[in-house]
Amino acid sequence: MIRFNSVHKWFKDLHVLNDINLEVKAGEVVVVCGPSGSGKSTLIRTVNQLETISQGEIWVDGVNVADPKTDLNALRAEVGFVFQHFNLYPHLSVLDNITLSPIQVKGMDKAAAEARAVQLLEKVGLAHKKDAFPAQLSGGQQQRVAIARGLAMDPRVMLFDEPTSALDPEMIGEVLKVMKDLALSGMTMMVVTHEMGFAREVADRVVFIDHGQVLESAAPAEFFSAPRTERAQQFLRQVLTPMR
Amino acid sequence: MNYHWDWAVFFKSTGIGDEIYLDWFVAGLGWTVAVALVAWCIALALGAVLGVMRTLPNKALSGVATAYVELFRNVPLLVQLFVWYFLVPDLLPERAQVWFKQELNPTTSAYLSVVACLAFFTAARVCEQVRTGIQALPRGQTMAAMAMGFSLPQVYRHVLLPQAFRIIIPPLTSEFLNIFKNSSVASLIGLMELLAQTKQTAEFSANLFEAFTLATLIYFVLNMSLMKGMGWLEKRVAVPGLIGSGGK
Repeated sequence: MIRFNSVHKWFKDLHVLNDINLEVKAGEVVVVCGPSGSGKSTLIRTVNQLETISQGEIWVDGVNVADPKTDLNALRAEVGFVFQHFNLYPHLSVLDNITLSPIQVKGMDKAAAEARAVQLLEKVGLAHKKDAFPAQLSGGQQQRVAIARGLAMDPRVMLFDEPTSALDPEMIGEVLKVMKDLALSGMTMMVVTHEMGFAREVADRVVFIDHGQVLESAAPAEFFSAPRTERAQQFLRQVLTPMR
Repeated sequence: MNYHWDWAVFFKSTGIGDEIYLDWFVAGLGWTVAVALVAWCIALALGAVLGVMRTLPNKALSGVATAYVELFRNVPLLVQLFVWYFLVPDLLPERAQVWFKQELNPTTSAYLSVVACLAFFTAARVCEQVRTGIQALPRGQTMAAMAMGFSLPQVYRHVLLPQAFRIIIPPLTSEFLNIFKNSSVASLIGLMELLAQTKQTAEFSANLFEAFTLATLIYFVLNMSLMKGMGWLEKRVAVPGLIGSGGK
């Protein structure tokens, strides 16, 4: 579904992505982790070209996204993206947040878009909040709406960029639960996160990245019990037992 | 002060037809409103376009808008009016010159000049407010909209402008009032708006104090009601949690 072929990106002298080769198969859930500044957020943003790349190819569902001839708007309509800071539209109700793109980009009929939005809101447990405005919701609720907004476009793949990092601890669970249900429903997902519990339980594969390089790519059981590189071992020690 | 106030003057005959002085004020107010409202509509539309241009990634487009703002913001309003009224007609093609200077009645040509002047002057100021309104929005808003497959025009139309305009209602209100106050420059090129009628009343009746008191009062009440109206609008379009939303 997603394939990175020797992808490089430089910010001036900084080599942010260094020879990335990676594949996310249809239906697969891949968690990307790594220390801050490792390039993982940049990596996930290159998939829908919110970040451009300097060199290499990224194929999404048979389309090379780095090709200047690619219709990025059409591509992005097929790729759901969930941000760390939710980025809901504050001037629109929850329902309008979800229906805006289906109506404007896909030309969906308003009634149909709203029916679908309510369905998605039920799925994330927020149907009763459809008329609320984003500022009236908690962080966890906003992020669940943001997930529903992404799903409303019926995407081929969902990308999550640290979806729980801006949340209070007691709200992380409700968002991860929605993501887990989504994974079980067969959605192809690429998730940048520090939530190792989620990675262990839900991911098909964990990718560890540092200094712009993919250092490990393994099934969770293997990654957590026997990380091969010193940097991954150190990272896991810090994330799993931060007080020691 | 040894002045004998005579408020009844407004109901006295002007000596021209059966008009009383109050009729002059009503006519003057009519022109003031006609100038300000038409100029405001143009300024708002043009200013919005220029404000958007200034925030675009395209250097040429934003450069044009920046140059426009610098030009119209740094030349005094009165100078701009004289340019529009005395100079610009001479630059028109010959046919248009004849039309503007001879065929058009003098009131209409003065009206067109002052509307153009106020519209272009105020557009520069509206532009700056629209620009700051857009730039005040978090970058994540554009990112989110792009990630959903929106084209740049759609991002502006559905995400950026509805928020930016809500934020800038208070400073826009101030510009809206300014255009009514600035319309008084029209009196200098012979358009009989409120200030011109006031001066004429003062000269004809010799009741200078009464005339200017009434004019002051009319401007004050007019602007106060506009301000209230804009306050109402601000509350009406307010959205919970969005900055600048009616104090919520």
